[in-house]
Amino acid sequence: MKTFIRKRAVASGLSLIGLIVLVFFLSRLTGDPTSLYLPVDASLESREQFREIHGLNDPILVQFFHYARDVLSLDFGDSIRKARPALQVVLEAFSWTLTLAAVTMLLVTVAAIIFGALAASRVGGVFDRIATFFSLIGASAPDFWIAIVAIVFFSVYLGWVPTSGTGTVWHWILPVAVLFIRPFGLILQVVRGSMISSLSSAYVKTARAKGVGPRPIIFVHALRNAMLPVITVIGDQAAGMLNGAVVVETIFGFPGVGKLMIDSILQRDFAVVLASIMVTAMAIFIMNLLIDLSYAVLDPRIRY
Amino acid sequence: MTETTPDVPSAAGQSRFRRLAAMLWADKFALVAMIFLIVVLLCAILGPMLLDNLATRQNLRGRNAPPFDLTRGWAFVLGADALGRPLLARIIVAARNTIMVAAGAVACSLLIGAALGLVAGYSRRGLSQAIMRLADVIMSFPSLLMAVIVLYMLSASVTNLIIVLAITRIPIYLRTTRAEVLELRERMFVQAALVMGASARRIVFRHILPMVLPTLLTIATLDFAFVMLAESSLSFLGIGIQPPEITWGLMVSQGRPYLTHAWWLSFWPGLAIILTTLSLNLLSNWMRVALDPAQRWRLEMGKKND
Repeated sequence: MKTFIRKRAVASGLSLIGLIVLVFFLSRLTGDPTSLYLPVDASLESREQFREIHGLNDPILVQFFHYARDVLSLDFGDSIRKARPALQVVLEAFSWTLTLAAVTMLLVTVAAIIFGALAASRVGGVFDRIATFFSLIGASAPDFWIAIVAIVFFSVYLGWVPTSGTGTVWHWILPVAVLFIRPFGLILQVVRGSMISSLSSAYVKTARAKGVGPRPIIFVHALRNAMLPVITVIGDQAAGMLNGAVVVETIFGFPGVGKLMIDSILQRDFAVVLASIMVTAMAIFIMNLLIDLSYAVLDPRIRY
Repeated sequence: MTETTPDVPSAAGQSRFRRLAAMLWADKFALVAMIFLIVVLLCAILGPMLLDNLATRQNLRGRNAPPFDLTRGWAFVLGADALGRPLLARIIVAARNTIMVAAGAVACSLLIGAALGLVAGYSRRGLSQAIMRLADVIMSFPSLLMAVIVLYMLSASVTNLIIVLAITRIPIYLRTTRAEVLELRERMFVQAALVMGASARRIVFRHILPMVLPTLLTIATLDFAFVMLAESSLSFLGIGIQPPEITWGLMVSQGRPYLTHAWWLSFWPGLAIILTTLSLNLLSNWMRVALDPAQRWRLEMGKKND
């Protein structure tokens, strides 16, 4: 098992290095790098000065060395907009996104497992239809559109919840609800499929023959063995949650890392963009590792 | 196999087409989805040619005109946008960019992914490992984030958008193709071809690729919907397609400031996105059954019961 973990860690580490190299080459070799760091209307002199200070006139390999050293020591420079270290700005925003993602993922996991198990227990029944409907909506509806329609209906028309911002619990309802839909539909389908095959296995038949009731069979006997593929997809969705978070945070004015990234891009605050890319990548790196670990721990049959 | 007379394959081709049409008829959801997609495709091809003037002509007196009002003409049936341009005409014209980006990205990722997958599945270990690690690198990072980074550093044009979206989707086709190839190359007909002295190229293109293709087409249909949503999100966030070009995602974002008193500006383009992606999903579900010889009977049985 240790070799497996080590192998996965090396693979994810390579991805991280690949990303660092990619960002460097994209930022230095396509056009003028000063236009990434400085405002669009910066003068020629200030650009030249910036080049001199930040060593942009050095040979490319020397530049890469400096860049890699800065990134690895988590020194991304100062945010132009906030005049503070970019890392600090990003970490603050990141805690918001982490909370949002964690709350949503927790709700999604619980709801998807319950609904998926119920849908699998009677294929073609009411729960199965609800499951199919949610999966289709999740796969077809753009989240930004759902968010907008939700704001118009629940905030503007009915006035139940605030349109944007943070502060009270009410502010969290719409962002969580919108973020909920897509992973819910996906995980639900995986739970359902995994449960159907688990319910037709020999040990479930044995339990049924012993006279175990339908609820314990579904939630105790079958579910535990159906969890492995579910954990994989939960991990994928948790990483993919950042995709949704960018859109949802922007619409609801939620001060997370997704909104920060888009704002920094539109206002050309490159230090913050770089820092948020790296922090996000590392978070995903750690999460992937945790998922691999849980996978190995949960299934005694897997001995790498 | 090569000795058949010329008219036999064409007759076989026609009957296969008829068989597919019958199977499509058997699944009414897929039929409606198919018809809708053909309409969207026609809009994308013909729309800009026929309606470009109508869709860009500003009319400040008809600003944010409400929908379902036919006094201004058919184009205003869905209302008008903030500059008084008819929404229906704009949605039809915007279909071109939306479809073009998605189709381009899907085609590129399908071609490159399938080619790499064939190589990875049918070549020696070292090369295969290198290709798979590359796929891991791409997959370990959320696709939208990747697109955001690249579009920030390069400019946001239709071509760059296609390239970025294609790169993020390559691993899907790569992994599927490789998995299928690994399974197929152990099958008897491939072994037989090998024993008879067929070259690697002939085996891959003649025996393996035709078996993988149906799966790839099904995934591509589903992926088309995914790529459309990704492009719409990017355009919505302001880092995808830039005005004066239009896509459905951009139209939703342009309607956002008027949300409280003119909901239709954002609502209709979003509905266009949903209906298209929904159709693609339904069609992909149908293809999964119709293109699989082992499951095809489900649709053909239904046909006889009618």
